[in-house]
Amino acid sequence: MFVDTVIEDKSLHKPAFLLGLSIAVLAFFFAFNLTDTIFGEFLSPVIGNPKESGFFGRLVVSFVLSIIFVLNLLLISFARLKIQILIVWIELFFLFLAFAYSFDLELAYIFIGEPSKLWLMISKGLFTTIYISAVSIAIATAIAIVGAIAKLSNNGFAYAIASFYTSLFRGLPLLLQIYLIYMGLPQLGFMIDAIPSGIAALSLCYGAYMTEIFRAGIQSIPKGQWEASRALGFKFGLILRKIILPQSIPIIVPPTGNQFIAMLKDSSLVSVLGIWELMFMAKKIGAKDFNNLEMLLTAAMIYWALTIILEMIQARIERKYQQKA
Amino acid sequence: MSAKTKIENPVISLDGVSKWYGDFQALKDINLEINLKEKIVICGPSGSGKSTLIRCLNRLEAHQEGQIHVSGVELHETMKDVDIVRRDIGMVFQNFNLFPHLTVLENCMAGPNWVRGIDKKEAEKRAVAMLEQVKIPEQADKYPDQLSGGQQQRVAIARSLCMEPKVMLFDEPTSALDPEMVSEVLDTMVELATSGMTMICVTHEMGFARQVADRIIFMADGEIVEQNTPDEFFNNPKSDRTKTFLDQILI
Ligand SMILES: Nc1ncnc2c1ncn2[C@@H]1O[C@H](COP(=O)(O)OP(=O)(O)OP(=O)(O)O)[C@@H](O)[C@H]1O
Ligand SMILES: [Mg+2]
Repeated sequence: MFVDTVIEDKSLHKPAFLLGLSIAVLAFFFAFNLTDTIFGEFLSPVIGNPKESGFFGRLVVSFVLSIIFVLNLLLISFARLKIQILIVWIELFFLFLAFAYSFDLELAYIFIGEPSKLWLMISKGLFTTIYISAVSIAIATAIAIVGAIAKLSNNGFAYAIASFYTSLFRGLPLLLQIYLIYMGLPQLGFMIDAIPSGIAALSLCYGAYMTEIFRAGIQSIPKGQWEASRALGFKFGLILRKIILPQSIPIIVPPTGNQFIAMLKDSSLVSVLGIWELMFMAKKIGAKDFNNLEMLLTAAMIYWALTIILEMIQARIERKYQQKA
Repeated sequence: MSAKTKIENPVISLDGVSKWYGDFQALKDINLEINLKEKIVICGPSGSGKSTLIRCLNRLEAHQEGQIHVSGVELHETMKDVDIVRRDIGMVFQNFNLFPHLTVLENCMAGPNWVRGIDKKEAEKRAVAMLEQVKIPEQADKYPDQLSGGQQQRVAIARSLCMEPKVMLFDEPTSALDPEMVSEVLDTMVELATSGMTMICVTHEMGFARQVADRIIFMADGEIVEQNTPDEFFNNPKSDRTKTFLDQILI
């Protein structure tokens, strides 16, 4: 992307805009009567008993909130870009925490028990989730390379099989594929355990999506590269390995990273097979003591942390290839 | 053996070659023999089949009728060793087609090292020598997109030469270049011609044609309309189409 070299005045620094914004925010907060919330309590020295403060209380609360909100924006706008991003991230994160806090959770719950519930989630659930995802990702990548080559080949069988495969596995909901593999294969006489079925379903499904990504990546390399290679007497496999794939990697990496992240979270679907991964454990443990939300929230945070790590790895790889290009 | 005695003379021969793209006939009954060390320039209006013709010579395109022999080997659909033939035919493209993820040196080493079975040291020596021949040894460690168009095209020539080809094909090698870079590429080609390379060049650079060509072939509508020595071709064109073409191009 090209960022223009001319800096426009920040609209936040125009008085008219600031005034308009303040009024809009004030109206927004006023529309929701917030006197009953923690904000009302906080302002009780001014407005007295929040419940009886009426119109005055409502106005004061929304006024104070809008001032804080707009001042906050204004202050952030003076910071450097990196700092701005960091502050906004932190603020949004605390808002999210406040949201979760408002559920009135018994957070200590996840730390009690011997071993603690959190430790159980991490040692068993997280481990299984990572194991299933990593194996599936490896298999899906292998399928994708073969599938992409088949889809680009002139071989009728290869093309037909590959396109049937991508059509089928992109066409069915993953949950359904999981059931079909787990319950269908035994009908054919293959006894298959829950974990291998889960891995098979995830690999096949994501292999189908990644086949398309790899195919598009390979196809995006100009025809001239093939022609020059052919003219030098290179054979197909050599061209693919040494000329085409190295050039398509920068194109393939971003969407493939997204697939990895999506798969990590979709691995939660194999919980329906009773596999002790994060999702299953969260439901199981939480249901026992009616602390569902605590455990689900714990699982949510672990998934989120995992995707953040994957995103960081993805960004690093992308940067590496951008430097070279 | 008897089939092989014809090998060297001519290096390339076409017998009644025709090619279609769907219903459209791009080459019509082409007969042509090219001898070792000969320099051929092919010209003609856009769409006349010049690229199609030279791309058939290393079978980047398939012909449907007639026979093409290169060094005595017939090029056809079910041939097993097309890569072996291709390794002896260098090709330079209008858009260079260098490998952008490899350095200039690696571009030149790739062919010899990967398919000629020459070890890296030897391949590098050869690559450096060829880069010197095209006068850009100092660019060896750069990537193609760090070079000017003229430099890139000279690297492409060096890359082909590293395979020690018997024949070099050029498809409008200067058409994608800014005017001031055309001469550096033409100079390289003239030098190559002087060294005795067999060359088949599609080009509209008539100065180059006059200087190095043994024969100029004029194509129109998929046919060879006229072929002659440069002198005869420019001073005494036989067909009207050639005259019209020359009038347009020599102004
Ligand atoms: N892949 C293709 N499919 C269909 N028609 C094609 C294809 N390639 C070339 N043609 C047609 O064949 C004819 C000859 O094309 P060719 O590229 O050989 O012409 P040319 O003489 O090299 O022209 P130019 O000077 O523009 O490069 C043209 O009419 C072109 O439209
Ligand atoms: Mg052409």
